[in-house]
Amino acid sequence: MANILAFAEQRSGELRKVALENVTAARALADATGGEVHALLVGAPGIAQKAEQLGKHGADVVLVCEHDALGDYNAEAVAALAADRIKSGGYRVAVFSTSAQGRDLLPRVAAKLGVGVVTDVTEARIEGDAVIVKHPINIGKVIATASIASTPAVIGLRPGNTTLVENPKAAKVEQVQPVGDPSAARVKVKEMKQGASAKLDIGDAPVVIAGGRGLKSAEGFKLAEDLADAFGNAAVGATRAVCDDGWRPHSEQIGQTGRVVSPDLYIAVGISGAIQHLAGMRTSRTIVAINKDKEAPIFKIADYGIVGDVAEVLPALTAAVREARKSH
Amino acid sequence: MKIAVCVKRVPDMDARFRISADGTSLDEAGLKFDINEPDAWAVEAGLQLKEKAGQGEVVVLSLGPPAVQETIRKALSMGADRGIHLAADRVPFDGFSIARAIAAELKDGGYDLILFGKMSPDSSNGIVGAIVAELLDYACVTAVSGLEMADGGGTAKRELEGAQEFVEFTLPAVLTVDEGLNTARYPSLKGIMAAKKKPMESKPAQLGEPMVTIKSLEMPPDRPPGKIVGEGAAAVPELVRLLQTEAKVL
Ligand SMILES: Cc1cc2nc3c(=O)[nH]c(=O)nc-3n(C[C@H](O)[C@H](O)[C@H](O)COP(=O)(O)OP(=O)(O)OC[C@H]3O[C@@H](n4cnc5c(N)ncnc54)[C@H](O)[C@@H]3O)c2cc1C
Repeated sequence: MANILAFAEQRSGELRKVALENVTAARALADATGGEVHALLVGAPGIAQKAEQLGKHGADVVLVCEHDALGDYNAEAVAALAADRIKSGGYRVAVFSTSAQGRDLLPRVAAKLGVGVVTDVTEARIEGDAVIVKHPINIGKVIATASIASTPAVIGLRPGNTTLVENPKAAKVEQVQPVGDPSAARVKVKEMKQGASAKLDIGDAPVVIAGGRGLKSAEGFKLAEDLADAFGNAAVGATRAVCDDGWRPHSEQIGQTGRVVSPDLYIAVGISGAIQHLAGMRTSRTIVAINKDKEAPIFKIADYGIVGDVAEVLPALTAAVREARKSH
Repeated sequence: MKIAVCVKRVPDMDARFRISADGTSLDEAGLKFDINEPDAWAVEAGLQLKEKAGQGEVVVLSLGPPAVQETIRKALSMGADRGIHLAADRVPFDGFSIARAIAAELKDGGYDLILFGKMSPDSSNGIVGAIVAELLDYACVTAVSGLEMADGGGTAKRELEGAQEFVEFTLPAVLTVDEGLNTARYPSLKGIMAAKKKPMESKPAQLGEPMVTIKSLEMPPDRPPGKIVGEGAAAVPELVRLLQTEAKVL
């Protein structure tokens, strides 16, 4: 029997989708050994309200730590608390996400515990004394199977890679106290600027419309925005060439030096398909490419392609998707 | 200000990778190597901070086989002052081992700042910087895309998913550098000549026992061959039909 700890990532008091992914993956690990899933939820007073959602995805117990100095992400306080809980709770695996927050937190927690850690995990299982994980290396051109020999093992899941499963439990809520004084951290968030609107993030969206230089200009991205609107559940991403030119913010960059996304549907418009871009989207479930050059490398990885000018194809596709969604 | 910058030698990702006979490592024959791009941004950040302060030292450290000395030289030719080579047969996959060796070396060095790139594309873990920070008990900010130093600390911008975070930190600190902070300079001919004379120390890396090891490597399964649905706007109805009936994503 092995109990698993899942970290319930939140921002501005809202659970992030990766929190549910962590709980879902933790549930699968715990079920394989007959253990329990405990979720760690840290935030400003009131965050305990989110415990129910964690129970819905399979948490048996939600450990809630509420404190005025924990509303914004407080790396030092959260890492100290997580390490302390993991140690005292005797968990076999601690599941985080390889999100910006997760990648900041994971190594700190592992270092405090003196245990092994792997990020960007696409599969995990417990096998005897080891936790075995799959982890893409060399921008996904090679898949490594690695063994973490320590107990506990700390892992960071690839965001978007875990299909959410509802597995309702009447989660027990337990209040826990911070370790030390959270206000004393040496790194403090002064300001958080949310993106332009409450739009979906590329990491959470089931559909990503990614644009490249083929969209010609920042204004050209209107075509991608319109298609995203037609889907309703889509976000807009971009290539590095586009972000370097300042057409889109770097937070939307997908690829080797940008973000890794795995949506259900990835529509690449006016993107050549350089290997560094593929690194960020090759694990998408369905890939569509629209490019005027029929030799563009993106067509090699795409499930469906249209050879054509984005200025002509995108408005037609946007209209057709609107029509198709209407008939739902 | 005394600044250490940790750099890694990484293969060009355009290459076709081959798995070695041992099944747990990649065959390096024929690969081209260079400094990890985010690490070059970290070197640039270190140089700019020193230049702005008008004094200080930028020390470049790399862990690995003798070939990593080339990578250190590259940073020296950009303008860093001296190099430290932590010698190991190869760079372990286990980020904790790497961090332990780096922390042991930098522990008593009196560094105000230790800089890393956010991640390297080969092992793709992005954890070494923050582990070093913990082991040394330094403040730590990861994925820094903007930076302003002040007395005894600084303010950094971090890229989050769909948001930006501005954080204040105190020195000494470990920072890992993300895209957007700067553009790394190219070494000048003068820099390349000067780098040849700059000091580089080599000593064994104190790696310790790894807790994470690679059991096997494999090539990802090929995606099933896709199809060109058609040309121009005329192909849209067929694409929509396939997305509805075959891929079931619409
Ligand atoms: C170390 C390193 C890291 C990198 N990291 C990343 C990364 O994280 N993410 C990333 O994306 N890139 C990355 N790159 C850059 C990458 O190599 C490519 O340069 C980049 O992805 C190209 O972007 P693009 O496809 O938008 O532009 P281009 O390569 O210029 O391609 C534009 C495409 O649009 C098509 N097109 C043009 N006009 C039209 C039209 N009217 N209708 C339809 N199609 C049209 C063209 O046929 C072409 O295929 C990295 C490179 C390096 C060296």
